[in-house]
Amino acid sequence: MFWLQAFVKIALIVGALVNMAALLLWVERKQSAMMQDRIGPNRAAIVIGSLRIRAAGLVHSIADGIKLVWKEDWEPKGGDHLLYRLAPILALVPALCLFAVIPFGPTLHLDHLRDLWQASWASEDVARTIPMRITTLDVGLLYVFAVAGAGVIGAALAGWSSNNKFALLGGLRAASQMVSYEVAMGLSLVGTFMIYQSVQPGEMVAWQMSHCWGILVQPLAFVLFFTSAIAETKRVPFDVPEGESEVVAGYFTEYSGLKFGMFASGELVEVCTSSAILTVVFLGGWQFPFVQNTGFEFHYLGIDISWHWAHAVVVLVGLLTFVLKVLGLIFLQLQIRWTLPRFRYDQIMMLGWRILLPAALLNVLLTGVALLFVNGFATGATTP
Amino acid sequence: MTATTKVLRKPARTLADQSYLLEVVKGLGVTLKHFFKGTKQMLTGTQPNFITDPYGDGISTISYPEEKRPYAERWRGVHRLTHREDGSPRCVACLCCSTACPAQCIYIKPAEYPPGDERRGYERFPEEFVIDELRCIFCGYCVEACPCDAIRMDTGTHMTALDNRADFIYDKAKLMSLVGQDGTQKSENPRHEPGEASHPGVDRHRGGH
Repeated sequence: MFWLQAFVKIALIVGALVNMAALLLWVERKQSAMMQDRIGPNRAAIVIGSLRIRAAGLVHSIADGIKLVWKEDWEPKGGDHLLYRLAPILALVPALCLFAVIPFGPTLHLDHLRDLWQASWASEDVARTIPMRITTLDVGLLYVFAVAGAGVIGAALAGWSSNNKFALLGGLRAASQMVSYEVAMGLSLVGTFMIYQSVQPGEMVAWQMSHCWGILVQPLAFVLFFTSAIAETKRVPFDVPEGESEVVAGYFTEYSGLKFGMFASGELVEVCTSSAILTVVFLGGWQFPFVQNTGFEFHYLGIDISWHWAHAVVVLVGLLTFVLKVLGLIFLQLQIRWTLPRFRYDQIMMLGWRILLPAALLNVLLTGVALLFVNGFATGATTP
Repeated sequence: MTATTKVLRKPARTLADQSYLLEVVKGLGVTLKHFFKGTKQMLTGTQPNFITDPYGDGISTISYPEEKRPYAERWRGVHRLTHREDGSPRCVACLCCSTACPAQCIYIKPAEYPPGDERRGYERFPEEFVIDELRCIFCGYCVEACPCDAIRMDTGTHMTALDNRADFIYDKAKLMSLVGQDGTQKSENPRHEPGEASHPGVDRHRGGH
């Protein structure tokens, strides 16, 4: 039963992520078109008889997929063929694996499904529950950092094995940028670890449900982590690993066909996963405001509202809320991507090492001082 | 009178500029405003017609092959030969256009009307009228030179992309089949056919000079 659950969840998550990548391609094109007073893609059509299905440009994603499959799979001479083929896999797989520890909904208790008004919610019958995450690791978010760090290998190997100076330079840029921002990214979350007293995403969400969302207690960490997460995806404004006038397409200059598609979709999957991590750590995970495991609970400002929901409804609302939050953050990331001009390379390095890193350290210090002064902060003295 | 110099100070970067974050939020505000406006126009179909309203606010795409921006009236496109009332070409085969043509892309083979025709001895007609559109430089000199308003470049179409060179040699039938931007194949300029009352009655035999 455990394995079946795990396989079904993995299939669902991976399928959702890969399809999200194709969907995001459309969202990105259409959103940028709207921002720039254009119509955007609307030409590709599926023709059935006299019927032309254009689906507001969605067909372009399918057309792109077909195009990528049928492109010539060219390999540069003199490169390392094994590593050349391995690199796109190493770039895409870590992005997909990131989702393994991310909880995307409240635990589903099979026994409670028919209890409309929740009797014994707290009982944890392991055999009869479906936790809405692929796995629970003790290392929690540290696993995320480790796997995200592995994404560097793909980019660096791609640049190195292409036997192309532009690709090599792009690979070096990608490696140095990702390693630099890895540091700021890890340190920016230390403050949240101190407050949540845990590195496990599930417990982080539990803390936020009983206290308040992480963005309220760690606003600086949110900004720092968001910035470095965008830098990790290597997209505009941090897209120096690729640059037409400097290093052509950077580390994937020589790639074509589906191998190129893996790099491209890997970027978009990273957008999804980074949004999911942000949601879990800072935006209360699957929690809809004022919704607890029992239903709608509002006990502030002298108003007491308890509106109990059926367990299935609570789980469903949780799942939907999580998806909506992630979609909102993806929208924000794409908006930033189409708004900001790209940084110069030295500016990226300066931002990472001289601004984000000290700011993250300062955040750790401030959080420590605050925790020292606000005695009992971790046990629930604050109200959202 | 001494010249005074006004020293302008370079605008200083404020802390808000320097922190970049505020500027990012401002920029996002601008793009979000456009995003929501564009989406609203797209969904409600209220985007301005960029052809009739080129300074309209919002989505400014012209879906090219279906929608075209009309060319100016004097824009020079592919040639056409204008028609008379009876559908024959207005051209009288005077060779002014082929003489004026700097690219020498016009070939006209003039012919006399058969004996007994009113127009015989008064004017000729082109038996062949060929324009090599690949050699044409679209200068419009032929149109300027024509005394009869017989050749025009007001079709409003570009030279089409065709598969082989032979297709670019436009003959009389092809040139006469093209339609002007106003949708007609005629010219507004009046023409006085021999035999009509308005005809001055001047020709080689009944000549005034």
